[in-house]
Amino acid sequence: MWVPAAVVALAMVLPLVYLVVRSLSSGWAEAVAIALEASSLATLTRTVVLAATVTAASVLIAVPLAWLTARSDLPGRRWWAVLGALPLVIPSFVGGFVLVSAFGPRGLLQEALAPLGVERLPSIYGFPGAVLALTLFTYPYMFLIVRAALRGMDLSMEEAARSLGSSAYAAFFRVTLPQLRPAIVAGGLLVALYTLSDFGAVSLLRYDTFTRQIYLQYSSAFDRTPAAVLAVMLVLLVGAILTMELWARGRAGYFQTGARNAAPVALGRWRLPALVFCSLVVLVALVVPVGVLVFWLLRGLAFGESLNPVWQTAANSLYVSALAAGVAVLAALPVAVLSVRFPGRVSSLVERLTYVGFALPGVVLALSLVFFGATYAPALYQTLGLLVFAYVVHFLPQAVGATRAALLQARPSIEEAARSLGRGPLSVMRTVTIPLARSGILAGAALVFLTTMKELPATLLLGPTGFGTLATQVWSASSEAFFARAAAPALLLILLSAPPLYLLTIREKIT
Amino acid sequence: MAGLFGLLVVMAVLFSACGQEEEDGNGGGGGEGESAGVQEGEEQVSGGGETLTIYSGRNAELVGPIIDEFQEESEIDVQVRYGDTAELAATILEEGENSPADIFFAQDAGALGAIGDEGLFTELPQEDLDRVEDRFRSTEDEWVGISGRARVVSYNTESLTEEDLPESILDYTDPEWEGRIGWAPTNGSFQAFVTGLRVSEGEDVAREWLEGIQANDPAVYEDNTSTLESVAAGEVDVGFTNHYYLFRALEEQGEGFGARNYYPEGGDPGALINVAGAGILQTSDNPEEAEAFIEYMLSDGAQQYFAEETYEYPLVEGVETDEELQPLSEVETPDVDLSDLEDLEGTLDLMQETGVL
Repeated sequence: MWVPAAVVALAMVLPLVYLVVRSLSSGWAEAVAIALEASSLATLTRTVVLAATVTAASVLIAVPLAWLTARSDLPGRRWWAVLGALPLVIPSFVGGFVLVSAFGPRGLLQEALAPLGVERLPSIYGFPGAVLALTLFTYPYMFLIVRAALRGMDLSMEEAARSLGSSAYAAFFRVTLPQLRPAIVAGGLLVALYTLSDFGAVSLLRYDTFTRQIYLQYSSAFDRTPAAVLAVMLVLLVGAILTMELWARGRAGYFQTGARNAAPVALGRWRLPALVFCSLVVLVALVVPVGVLVFWLLRGLAFGESLNPVWQTAANSLYVSALAAGVAVLAALPVAVLSVRFPGRVSSLVERLTYVGFALPGVVLALSLVFFGATYAPALYQTLGLLVFAYVVHFLPQAVGATRAALLQARPSIEEAARSLGRGPLSVMRTVTIPLARSGILAGAALVFLTTMKELPATLLLGPTGFGTLATQVWSASSEAFFARAAAPALLLILLSAPPLYLLTIREKIT
Repeated sequence: MAGLFGLLVVMAVLFSACGQEEEDGNGGGGGEGESAGVQEGEEQVSGGGETLTIYSGRNAELVGPIIDEFQEESEIDVQVRYGDTAELAATILEEGENSPADIFFAQDAGALGAIGDEGLFTELPQEDLDRVEDRFRSTEDEWVGISGRARVVSYNTESLTEEDLPESILDYTDPEWEGRIGWAPTNGSFQAFVTGLRVSEGEDVAREWLEGIQANDPAVYEDNTSTLESVAAGEVDVGFTNHYYLFRALEEQGEGFGARNYYPEGGDPGALINVAGAGILQTSDNPEEAEAFIEYMLSDGAQQYFAEETYEYPLVEGVETDEELQPLSEVETPDVDLSDLEDLEGTLDLMQETGVL
């Protein structure tokens, strides 16, 4: 178990080595000077504020939505669950663009309101827009994890609280919510780190975070040293967040005694507000983006734009995403098993390390592998092999997190029983641990698949030359303002990502 | 469990084998929509020969068709890696000696200059260089401009007519333009314009201009496209953009699109023409094919393509341009040597000092 975990950890360290080498290429003094510049520190502050706000906003959307769709008698709750998770498949460079064109000062919404005398809407650029876009497209991380935790939770404590006279309300806050803490913290971590790594939303909505500053360094000065120094600062920030999460996660473990269906909580007079809440979230995060894309497509078609066949690129997208999901799951298993069954400094360090790749901007990660690939592995450079490797380094924590969560709910006593009955460790792994963690492994695979589908910078820089995916095609068309041509592959991307997500949310009975 | 690593390695090798297949099947258009299907057949025919690898910071939608045509006519197998110009430049710098690229086809002269400064380009044949005017190519003969784009003032047709617009970009510092201007200070074309302003009018004028526009509280956009869209939507009255975005918007959204272009007059710094160009990398294994590519891009046919399909300016003399496009000869460009646009850092410092960035 330790050897494969070490290999995974080593892979995760590669980008860090690159960043340190690049940062110091002009010497320590220069690197420190760049880091202490007022503008670097201001960027640090803005990035921290954005990540914290997006995480908090995600809790406010995700936790009620998860509880409503998992535990209440909300009408059509399964459908709300699927619709509530779907915004995850919208790439932020599409979502950001769509939000601007829908809610911009003179966007589609203003056009619709113009008859009522609305001349312009308040600007969404800057902080509010960035928070809005990132929250809408990342809260599903927390929603999925919290909902899974709610469904897998041991109900006996909650029932005990109710039978001892607690109201449903009090039982939620005093019993359910504390049990949800690990799930909320794990979801919050993914949301926060995704926010740090995102380029699409912050660049389109013009909020200066590390990612945007790093890109500016590449694009205006062609200077890789300041970009690397900023990225190292970002890594240090990630380190701080990871340490905080470790502390917030808490020591408690919650094993379930057996999966049972809880009787749904009757919403009563809260039913209407609950429905309005769900509708609002789905409207802004899903209906508006898809609606705008459909509008662009139809407008383009009306002006004689022809639909280009995108099947080859769609097949490419599905193929690499499936490969990335498969490899990520394999790589995640040893890391997750170690950190759950053999908790300690080293195993926890390895597990934490996997999160660093997730928080790095895609372009930084890609350039680090360009450096290593071109220099030390020319045979693998610009092949699907290295591209899939990049995806795995980038998205591994999603698989690790999901697998861990499932393992945490499985009692180690079952594995111990198998060992005591004479099974070897490998055999126990295959016949006991993996089946027990199956739901988590599948969830991890689905998450990696989805994020790979929409990944852009690594695909552009590391894919085989001439290799196109739906994401690169959307980017290619939208970056030159061919909105109609961008709409078809974007819609297809969303459509193809939906089934795995559907399975992920609907798969309810299996534990 | 060490088997897992072995497994990973085996998988990686397997995938790379698949990757090779994919590559051949996909063709030069690189699955970039329209070209992908068409390419597949032809690719197989010429599969045996050398492959020319192009890193293109120019968009597939714009140059894909003309690269396909080159491939067809020359029977040279072409592979294109499309990406952002700056990111591709960084990639080439990271790859160094090991770059698989033969050609860097960049969106702007600045990126070409950065690669040239590192000594990664070879010298181009004189006959290719001679196809374009001196002002549209590298002074060290390392890269050559292929198409040009003019800086323009886009204006909202509902609130303004051409007569309302000042002849010089310098006059937009007048308080009457307060709250009516849109610009994209982080955009490369805009920064190149500011560099041009510094070169042609001097640091002080450039600084005053930036401060003056800043005082007019301009709306800040990410790029030319969103600037133009906002001008058309009436979010602002005028925007500083490149000339060709308008034609694409007209193509996609019809004649009712609410913005038009104005070319500042009298050799104004606001009418700078910058170029997209290409150079051959020193690491190229196929210098002959690479030279054939450059030659093809500067041929009358390819130049015509840029004029008609991307609404850019052909840089080779005697090529007819689209009727709707103001002829290059009528655009009074400022007296700026494009190779002097290399001091981007100075521009960035100035923009930071004036609080624009």
